[in-house]
Amino acid sequence: MDNMVNVYFFGKKYSVPAELTIMTAMEYAGYTLSRGCGCRHGFCGACATIYRIKGKNELFTCLACQTQVQEGMYIASIPFFPTDKRTYSMEEIRPEAQVMMELYPEIYSCIGCNACTKACTQSLPVMQYIAYAQRGDIQACAEASFDCIGCGCCSVRCPAGISHPMVGLLARRLTGKYIAPTSKHLVDRVEEIRHGAYDEIIEKVMGKSIDEMKELYNHREIEK
Amino acid sequence: MFTPEMLASVKKVEATRSARMGMEPRRMTAQEKETLLKDFHPDYRADGFGEIKIGPNAGQKAPLELCNLLHGKSRLLDTEIDLTKIDYDTDVLIIGGGGAGASAAIEAHEAGADVMMVTKLRIGDANTMMAEGGIQAADKENDSPAQHYLDAFGGGHFAAVPALLRRLVMEAPDAIRWLNALGVMFDKDADGNMITTHGGGTSRKRMHACKDYSGAEIMRNLRDEVLCRNIPVIEFTAAVELILDEKGQVAGAILLNMETGDYLVARAKTVILATGGAGRLHYQNFPTSNHYGATADGLILGYRAGAALLYQDTIQYHPTGVAFPSQLFGALVTEKVRSLGAMLVNREGEAFMHPLETRDVSAASIIRECTERKLGVETPIGSGVWLDTPMIEMIGGEGTIEKRIPAMLRMYLNYGIDMRKQPILVYPTLHYQNGGLAINGDGFTPNIPNLLVAGEAVGGIHGRNRLMGNSLLDIIVFGRNAGKAAAGRAKEIEIGKLSLAHIKKYQAALEAADAATDVVSPLLLPQYARHVR
Repeated sequence: MDNMVNVYFFGKKYSVPAELTIMTAMEYAGYTLSRGCGCRHGFCGACATIYRIKGKNELFTCLACQTQVQEGMYIASIPFFPTDKRTYSMEEIRPEAQVMMELYPEIYSCIGCNACTKACTQSLPVMQYIAYAQRGDIQACAEASFDCIGCGCCSVRCPAGISHPMVGLLARRLTGKYIAPTSKHLVDRVEEIRHGAYDEIIEKVMGKSIDEMKELYNHREIEK
Repeated sequence: MFTPEMLASVKKVEATRSARMGMEPRRMTAQEKETLLKDFHPDYRADGFGEIKIGPNAGQKAPLELCNLLHGKSRLLDTEIDLTKIDYDTDVLIIGGGGAGASAAIEAHEAGADVMMVTKLRIGDANTMMAEGGIQAADKENDSPAQHYLDAFGGGHFAAVPALLRRLVMEAPDAIRWLNALGVMFDKDADGNMITTHGGGTSRKRMHACKDYSGAEIMRNLRDEVLCRNIPVIEFTAAVELILDEKGQVAGAILLNMETGDYLVARAKTVILATGGAGRLHYQNFPTSNHYGATADGLILGYRAGAALLYQDTIQYHPTGVAFPSQLFGALVTEKVRSLGAMLVNREGEAFMHPLETRDVSAASIIRECTERKLGVETPIGSGVWLDTPMIEMIGGEGTIEKRIPAMLRMYLNYGIDMRKQPILVYPTLHYQNGGLAINGDGFTPNIPNLLVAGEAVGGIHGRNRLMGNSLLDIIVFGRNAGKAAAGRAKEIEIGKLSLAHIKKYQAALEAADAATDVVSPLLLPQYARHVR
């Protein structure tokens, strides 16, 4: 058999091949996952996990699908965490500090412990983006939090009960909608289509025989 | 991390890099592509397919694993469900929590309908979340929807359903506008121009992106909008059968609480199937880039109730899945890596093809390189070719990888591979279901009244191969359309008496055709748990 390591799922010991991830090791051990398993490639945040190495004190957070097992891992998955998402209408709110104060006032209770940053499975500057939100720099908050996958490990570790992923999400939506410059070429094209500017040409292309389409396709000019 | 053999090959890749920088490999002729596909694309491997025995597509071929589920047994065959006890009653029932389902929910809600979503995992647990590279739309000066149509029609081997493809390209710019208005942070320059690139098979640079988190950025906006609107989302609840009424109209679905095992009855005037793809069926034993829940459930539900499939025999293998390290096996390496300039290079350091051929051609070409030509790089679990990522930094300047494809950089750095300095090993991975349930131009299935399909579960939009960036587009365009159409139709509908009679009828047909099996379908979750006994 391959090189094996001992790990503990919820305190119970299993011997698993050393090259597996925490997720595939759980399946090797016989678990059929429904909670705590999503995209399996590090994009969805479903598999937030907390572990420590036997005999050591430090706690680590990770994604089960992106983390290889190690000897002596004590592992618990965090399939759900009650983060607190507020609701709002994007049409009614504006990218102002006031919005953060009203929707997520708890960000001002941050004690600066930086546990969120240490817990981030994406290595993002979480406490920093919360600081940007506090001072109303919505765009900076959006950019610093952009790679957030919403696993919630930051919130699990936060003594102030902040729902960091929700704060970043609000900042990003405000930035995408209100702060980023308007794409004139996009607005124009939507209008042109609405006014039927492309109806004739699309009908003409659709009306061609397959042979004509092949001819057009095989000899079309490709932008450099 | 790399083996000594790999490192020796990397030396060869490095030795040819500067010479390759200035050249553009020749594109294949139509004839060369056709021969290559026939000889090496998995769709042409007869032993990967079986014959569908009953139903609207009887006599046609489908991947073996899909055939097994189509010929499978309903969970409800021997279970009596009291259809007079209604647990949920709604105008529009959306099955599936991905990008298509969420878009449909928002538009149906906007149109004033009572709408609810059910999903066997969480809202946002979907292939949408994992789409990295981008979304197409012809919104630049030198481009037009007709040009987009030509690229997609040709790339799909001239097999797309024209009415569907027309909708896709004509409504693309408005889809981008809509997403932008929701708050999606597209990559733009300081003047607001969208930063667009090529994808395989595009003739204009029309790939819009949000770094390499394009799908994730879109999905988290859609999810947030659904939640902000207080649209009910019933998570960890799978649909296991459609309900019809005595007039043959769709009238809801039987749901299964994945955690308690209890069945629930959802009655609805219209139903939208937005259940996504099939990568987790691992056709021909390929690894997959897909989400855990991609098990073709909607195809089974729809087919058992009488809806027809289209192009169920065409599968997209993404040319660049991770070949090494094993922990990432099959994970997607976005096509954007090639859009930004990385070449496909064999063991000897030769660029063996143009990096931006369509996906089916690229996948077949890599398979040929690793099999017939024996010029692949051996790995502990197979073989692969190099994707020469350091070229990106040479072309775009230092820092391009971190800025444009941070997810890729992060994924590899986890395993000690710095793609800015070293090339990466790739091999095709099962990526997309080109086919699916047939719909008409308005999004409805032709043979079951009031049943709509949106997203990857639809067949025919892309023909027999899909271009990069047209799937994120299709879930938005057809999701929005389905939501509006379902809300409109719901106003006119009177539901009759609920019935599950089609289940027994389907089983009888299976038995008559000697095709019945003990496989229970839909699958719902892949069977990955190892049980020693």
